[in-house]
Amino acid sequence: MRYHFDFAWLGEYYPMLIKGVGITLELTAVGAVFGIALAIACAWARALGPRWLRLLIVPYVELIRNTPFIVQLFFIFFGLPGIGIKLGEMPAANLAMVINLGAYGCEIIRAGIQATPRGQFEAGASLAMTPFQTFWHVILVPSLQRIWPALSSQIIIVMLGSAVVSQIAAEDLTFAANFIQSRSFRAFEAYFVSTTIYLLLAIILRQLLSGLGRVLFPRRSVR
Amino acid sequence: MIRRQFLAMAGIAAMAIGTMAAPHAARADALADITARGSIRVAVPQDAPPFGTVGPDMELQGLDIDMAKLIAEKLGVKAELVPVTLPNRIPYLQTNKADIVISSLGKNPDREKVIDFTSPYAPFFNGAFAPADIKIASAADLSGKTVAVARGAIEDLALTKIAPPDAIIKRFEDNNGTISAFLSGQVQVIVTGNVIAAAILEKNPPNRPELKFLMNKSPCYIGLNKGEDALKGKINEIIAAGRADGSMNKITQKWLHQDIPADL
Repeated sequence: MRYHFDFAWLGEYYPMLIKGVGITLELTAVGAVFGIALAIACAWARALGPRWLRLLIVPYVELIRNTPFIVQLFFIFFGLPGIGIKLGEMPAANLAMVINLGAYGCEIIRAGIQATPRGQFEAGASLAMTPFQTFWHVILVPSLQRIWPALSSQIIIVMLGSAVVSQIAAEDLTFAANFIQSRSFRAFEAYFVSTTIYLLLAIILRQLLSGLGRVLFPRRSVR
Repeated sequence: MIRRQFLAMAGIAAMAIGTMAAPHAARADALADITARGSIRVAVPQDAPPFGTVGPDMELQGLDIDMAKLIAEKLGVKAELVPVTLPNRIPYLQTNKADIVISSLGKNPDREKVIDFTSPYAPFFNGAFAPADIKIASAADLSGKTVAVARGAIEDLALTKIAPPDAIIKRFEDNNGTISAFLSGQVQVIVTGNVIAAAILEKNPPNRPELKFLMNKSPCYIGLNKGEDALKGKINEIIAAGRADGSMNKITQKWLHQDIPADL
């Protein structure tokens, strides 16, 4: 069980790792922002939207939550060109992540909305707020505050899940590790370094999200 | 008693000498043996499409099998197919279980030390393939094109060396990834082996991968034991005639969907 670590390849390949981290962060940022926007829209539609829209959202959420992410990614990248929709690897990866987080986020936010007491809707209405104002101020924001930890976890899961985009030749951190491994044959070191980077990214992202939660949802005096 | 033991030992020794001598005797002239036997024993692959596989009727089929049949026919003998695997194809020849080996065998100095090779009979190479409407004549023309290649494969290392810096190389996990990317139109060019390109053509896709340029080649040779110059000369004649009259081209068209290149 003796192993001689050899990190000599780092000198040659570190720009690739840095680029890979950049791509992973880009995918996560785009996925999180647009994914949560989609999730909020879907949660609104599912809780309060018109009936036909609700009937569309349910199959979308169930389809995405019950199929593997990598299959969704392959469908977008390899499958859609068959009907004339050709997306490069980065747009395809971004789209897959947005759609994925949108579905999971929708369920999480819906749980928060359902936990809102019925009386708050009526309270909003009695203050002459429009249904949308009621949704936004009375229901959504307190709901988000309630489910923020769960949503943060989901964002981190999506960030870690982004590792599979290397399968469609998107050059993220995992692609960099695979590439270095196939050139230098230092598999242990390459995956050791990439694992450590993922771990650090996840820890930093969790801190950032919990800080963001404190800024977005300051404890209100009236509760 | 002692006398009987001595006789028994002498008998065993004589048998041992006999078996040691036998292969040399058999090797003296394989061509004469083949003619006398009325059949040629050919070591062929059984697990290497499209060179040799077991067909739905449990018969061996493939490029190497057709080649074996062609050679037997021209020699006027029956082809006796001996299925082998990649690691044991040369030992089968060396231990005289086969007269020749037709098993997508490439030539290299280590193999040349132990066996002889005829002239090449089938193309085996890595190259850049793209549909007809994409104009590429050399590596320099890959500039600005999207190219799929299997990460870490020999062709990836070769491509990385010769591709211009503005070629967009997409490295996929394996051949399935590169094939899917090419077929779905996500990339314009695929850099891979001619056998993989043949497998794509097999599916008759809208994007047909045509060879644009060769990168490295290692054609297939027929292997035979050293010192069998009569047999080697005869097979080389058959190969030359087969290339001239188009019968070998028919075989490569059937299994590899391509002509035999002039500079095989």
